[in-house]
Amino acid sequence: MTEIVRSTAAALAERLAAGEVTSTELTEAHLDRIDAVDGAVHAFLHVDRDGALADAAESDARRARGEARGPLDGVPIAVKDVLTTRGLPTTCGSRILEGWIPPYDATVVTRLREAGLPILGKTNMDEFAMGSSTEHSAYGPTRNPWDLDRIPGGSGGGSAAAVAAFEAPLAIGTDTGGSIRQPGAVTGTVGVKPTYGGVSRYGLVALANSLDQAGPVTRTVLDAAMLHDVIGGHDPRDSTSIAQEWPSFTEAARAGSTGDMTGVKVGVITELAGEGWQPGVMARFQESVDLLVKAGAEVVEVSCPSFVHALAAYYLILPAEASSNLAKFDAMRFGLRVVPDGDPSAEEVMRATRDAGFGDEVKRRIILGTYALSSGYYDAYYGQAQKIRTLISRDFDAAFGSVDVLVSPTAPTTAFRLGEKLDDPMAMYLNDLATIPANLAGVPGISVPNGLADEDGLPSGFQVLAPALADDRVYRVGAALEAMYAEQWGGLLLDRAPGLETE
Amino acid sequence: MTAPTTDTALMPFDDVLAAYDPALGLEVHVELNTASKMFCGCPAVFGGEPNAGVCPTCLGLPGAMPVVNGKAVESAIRIGLALNCEIAEWCRFARKNYFYPDMPKNFQTSQYDEPICFDGFMDVEVEGTTYRVEIERAHMEEDTGKSLHVGGSTGRIHGADHSLVDYNRAGIPLIEIVTRPILGAGEKAPEVAKAYVAQLRELIVALGVSEARMDQGNLRADVNLSLSPKGSGTLGTRTETKNVNSFRSVERAVRYEMQRHAAILSGGGTILQETRHWHEDTGITTSGRVKSDAEDYRYFPEPDLVPVAPSREWVEELRGTLPENPTVRRSRLQAEWGFSDLEMRDTVGAGALGLVEETIAEGAAPQAARKWWLGELARRSNEDGVDLVDLPITPADVARIQALVDEKVVNDKLARQVFEGVLAGEGTPDEVVEKRGLAVVSDDGALGAAVDNAIAANPDVADKIRDGKHAAAGALIGAVMKEMRGQADAGRVRELILEKLA
Repeated sequence: MTEIVRSTAAALAERLAAGEVTSTELTEAHLDRIDAVDGAVHAFLHVDRDGALADAAESDARRARGEARGPLDGVPIAVKDVLTTRGLPTTCGSRILEGWIPPYDATVVTRLREAGLPILGKTNMDEFAMGSSTEHSAYGPTRNPWDLDRIPGGSGGGSAAAVAAFEAPLAIGTDTGGSIRQPGAVTGTVGVKPTYGGVSRYGLVALANSLDQAGPVTRTVLDAAMLHDVIGGHDPRDSTSIAQEWPSFTEAARAGSTGDMTGVKVGVITELAGEGWQPGVMARFQESVDLLVKAGAEVVEVSCPSFVHALAAYYLILPAEASSNLAKFDAMRFGLRVVPDGDPSAEEVMRATRDAGFGDEVKRRIILGTYALSSGYYDAYYGQAQKIRTLISRDFDAAFGSVDVLVSPTAPTTAFRLGEKLDDPMAMYLNDLATIPANLAGVPGISVPNGLADEDGLPSGFQVLAPALADDRVYRVGAALEAMYAEQWGGLLLDRAPGLETE
Repeated sequence: MTAPTTDTALMPFDDVLAAYDPALGLEVHVELNTASKMFCGCPAVFGGEPNAGVCPTCLGLPGAMPVVNGKAVESAIRIGLALNCEIAEWCRFARKNYFYPDMPKNFQTSQYDEPICFDGFMDVEVEGTTYRVEIERAHMEEDTGKSLHVGGSTGRIHGADHSLVDYNRAGIPLIEIVTRPILGAGEKAPEVAKAYVAQLRELIVALGVSEARMDQGNLRADVNLSLSPKGSGTLGTRTETKNVNSFRSVERAVRYEMQRHAAILSGGGTILQETRHWHEDTGITTSGRVKSDAEDYRYFPEPDLVPVAPSREWVEELRGTLPENPTVRRSRLQAEWGFSDLEMRDTVGAGALGLVEETIAEGAAPQAARKWWLGELARRSNEDGVDLVDLPITPADVARIQALVDEKVVNDKLARQVFEGVLAGEGTPDEVVEKRGLAVVSDDGALGAAVDNAIAANPDVADKIRDGKHAAAGALIGAVMKEMRGQADAGRVRELILEKLA
């Protein structure tokens, strides 16, 4: 492995600016790394070598003319396969979209292109982002670079693993109930779910429209902030996009990296601990809290009583929205078409295609959602779930009335073994216990690596949540914690990950 | 699939009314004439090359999202205000979920329990009696694509060899206007239904929010009808006859369903709650889809759109842009035009009010405008079985033909031929006159020769005129007209005869 792929994006940006390296060299180095390790990791569903190198050459030409478009111009990136890419396959990890080449770019992708980031390829995911392990991908699971027998989290296991395996310095993920943060926690990487409406959803193939949010997947908090500055901001194509000017998250991360937390009030969420939480994860969490206190933060315990109902509400709202979103996959206009023998009607073609094209988890949630929205059940299920959602938002409002940020472990456990929870959907769903409330309330959250659990030597993550629109706080606190750990460890947690080289 | 037949039992109309009270309901879809579609920037123009006016959003491609067209919201509010509705301070779109190949997302983005306009009314006059039609709601939604089923005998999806779908129409903004049950119309139910749709169209035209052509599908009416035993005060089971696309068909469909329901009920049968297809050619309805309680659209608020919350200031501003109230407008027009009550009632009843008004605006005298629309053109619309507005002739054409009469280029008789030519698609009135060579001859040279011939051929008539019996000139005029194949200026011919025989 060349040393260059271990660099952070911020460091690469500096080296590009200083003329020490070209985008073409960088992009080639990452493509070579993908060639070397992705057979084992399977973070990518599609690698666009030619496209990425062409983008890199253009970036180099721009820079030579003194027209670089921003600090990340020329730094390559991987994109979760749930965002549409013009001319590049987009499958959402599903058979039903096999072979579909979108005719348009998602707004996030447009912004990456405009900022000059070469797109290395599309990353693996649970089918339509339904899952916490990436095992539900129709194209086979992604493996955790820390231990290839373990899951990389999900649904964005591909993006997290690509970054953790040094196949890409940056990646885009999407987070509906933790799909950026939980993979970040179990792979020792950084993941940010922005405020709902902070990053455009146009071109993000919806899992649950009212919960989905795209965000950065990186190795450092500063890299995440720099990427957020590129992809964020108002988009008239997304009605739910917030029309306001955002502060520089890069500056917030730099400010936090001084490690001074004086005057910051931190709330520890009472409900996100206890039975079922892995002792090693809880031990690392307590150490992180102690570090924040040492840095000058005031820490209090805060109760969010409605959070215990979050999972139940989530598993009604999400399937309801998803069941409707997924109706468009009907073989009429794009994607897979299965034509049964004989002289089938349009309905029969739709039925056969959906039967062959969707995996079991997708079908399970379509059935759940269809049921929850049915006449006579709507009030009892969907209606009640929306009420819980309101209560959860109120819990956040009350908590943020007295603290600046809330913290918890990102996930209850470290990475489990492939196949371990496949036959037990409830066990799988419980993985998102700590991350789901933020999606229901639309508030921003970050997961920062905070060490290895004693039981298994695998990474755990520390979650910081802030009020809606206050994304800068998660960068500030995240960067502070990261800086303190960097001092303690003499580098990043990922430096301790085992090598993947077979040679 | 039942093939359209005419052997359905019907009860004579008068007998229906002796035993039953009809309850009517109308759902009218108005296609707005906004520049772009309801939720994307594609042109809101149906027709043209199939699937040329589409984008990821109206094609329902994965990842694409809707954005509400502000102009469509404005049109919806103006329609609501014109129908005396309340305008919601806050309302949402909802997804209506069902599978159909011409619906790109397999859900229609519509409004469910939070319509933008609700609780309004429109007063409709039929033969001097006013009926108040209560408006339950007017809501915004998007149109579907259009399927063309190729092969098979019915043109419907079942039995077709294959189907083509044009998504140009998908996403065109629609306003659906739903009435409450209209009770108490009795024998006038068919006329009330027709008058409501006609007056609604007039209002939509005055608002300028739609092309409002029923034959083009800009305005589509669904007719709900049920019967209840006379005086019972209950509501019977209803049928919904879809896509009744002319005023006269609305009237006929109501009449037909009343007679069909009555025949079934009086025979001890029950009415199936179902949608029915209207057959314009045979004037009957046939069974469509059975609407059972099992039909469940699983409505829920559209999570991709933020609520629509029109400010009260904006609503009041839009109220200021409304056209005149229809009743006030009729009184004003009647006074301006000098029409008798009967003339006015006939004009309104024929659905010709707007057409006459536009014709007058184009320069025709009020009586002349009325004469053509209620005479020659009403006759043609009856013969062809289409509404006046759907005849292929514009008020400007009618005004021009009258101008040609006034300018003595044609006479009344030739004018009828000009109408025939315009209706046959031969061009503008002037082009028809030119192509058919219809202009009357008022040139003295050409007329003089014909007059001379007529005098020579009728010496005894000529003598009478010389003796001062000018009334006899008619016979000579007739001879001249015959020679000129009708294309002579009768007035000038008379003058020439009298001059020559003075």
